[in-house]
Amino acid sequence: MIDIDIEVRRAERRIALSLAAEGGLTALFGPSGAGKTSLLDAVAGLVTPERGHIAIGDAVLFDSASGINLPPEQRGCGYVFQESRLFPHLTVAGNLMFGTNRADQGYRWLEPAEAIEFLGISHLLDRRPATLSGGEAQRVAIGRALLSNPRILLLDEPLSFLDASRRNEVMQVIERIRDELALPILYVTHDRVEVERLADRVVDIA
Amino acid sequence: MIAGLTSGEWAVIGLSVKVGAVAVIGAMPLAFALAWILSRKRFPGKVLLDALVHLPLVVPPVVTGWLLLLTFGANGPVGRWLAEWFGISLVFRWTGAALAAAVMALPLMVRAIRLSFDSVDRRLEGAARTLGAGRWRTFAQITLPLALPGVAAGAVLGLARSIGEFGATITFVSNIPGETRTIPLAIYTALQSPDGGASVTRLAIASVLLSLAALLVSEWLVRKGAGR
Repeated sequence: MIDIDIEVRRAERRIALSLAAEGGLTALFGPSGAGKTSLLDAVAGLVTPERGHIAIGDAVLFDSASGINLPPEQRGCGYVFQESRLFPHLTVAGNLMFGTNRADQGYRWLEPAEAIEFLGISHLLDRRPATLSGGEAQRVAIGRALLSNPRILLLDEPLSFLDASRRNEVMQVIERIRDELALPILYVTHDRVEVERLADRVVDIA
Repeated sequence: MIAGLTSGEWAVIGLSVKVGAVAVIGAMPLAFALAWILSRKRFPGKVLLDALVHLPLVVPPVVTGWLLLLTFGANGPVGRWLAEWFGISLVFRWTGAALAAAVMALPLMVRAIRLSFDSVDRRLEGAARTLGAGRWRTFAQITLPLALPGVAAGAVLGLARSIGEFGATITFVSNIPGETRTIPLAIYTALQSPDGGASVTRLAIASVLLSLAALLVSEWLVRKGAGR
């Protein structure tokens, strides 16, 4: 159960998101510069909303009325950034394992070996992020987020830096996460094709 | 040429390296903390703190040495306190030379370390937080390893600066053979004596080689940091 109603200030604008959903993949759809990333940052705890509340499952992550504002490390949001943000000084394996010792083990979706198999990245484990292609890096970033025992997965235009064939590859991975793991997903995009293929519901961000 | 160094000259080089190493190790915690504060924090008086840290870089070293003498000398407030409570005196001692070198090296160290903190991508720190790492774990496992080549480069630069220190040292702890006579002071002394020419040449070459090695190591560390 996802229950989000927030207002985020970004520069001089206010961006609002109101969303109640059971699970599945929710697309936040809107043009570039609409502030979609700021909304994901607010859910993850990297940005503090002006007001509102964020609840995932039975956990309240943020509530301006009662003064709740969990730090990012306690929110359990598996965040896949637009530009991967893999740790350059760690190997792929080191990146994948970084979040696995999160204290809350209640959301163990996959064992590391399963995730590596699932994402098709077993041949990359000893490599450094700088040597990966865009598609490889994005699959590793998805794996890293999945293995951090997240309550929810946040995907920020994960396909934007990929060519057509790599896009398809990563989209298949996302579909499997949605269908086989039944992990709730917030998916930011400005691409109608991605929305039609992946989303269970769409929220327009103007 | 290096093989031609006399045992006295080797002792001078040894003393210089000891003074430099102690200066850098002693200054590192402060340099690290100042670099962190100047890179990451915003507070009133930051510009002033920044200026104070850089002061030894622009003030004549003789003035810095004189101020050290006023503060840490036998009648200085800190000097008297150290003598009364710990029986420590820095004046005319190699430890005083290390203090002078540390003060002179501090700005260079802070600059290098601060640049390396500035260059760490803050977004990686945010990513680490979302993966369940608290502030300390994020610092220890993301920020620090990424900044480490710059920290090491700062230490090497500080070492080179310390070994080259002259003005503040001779003013604060004088020029005492075997105690405070480091390479620059030994060269200065040899220049004063009529038959010191060969010694000057040998020590000058040794100090150029030491400085060159330090610069190359520092450059290599910075490249290593940038290359990944």
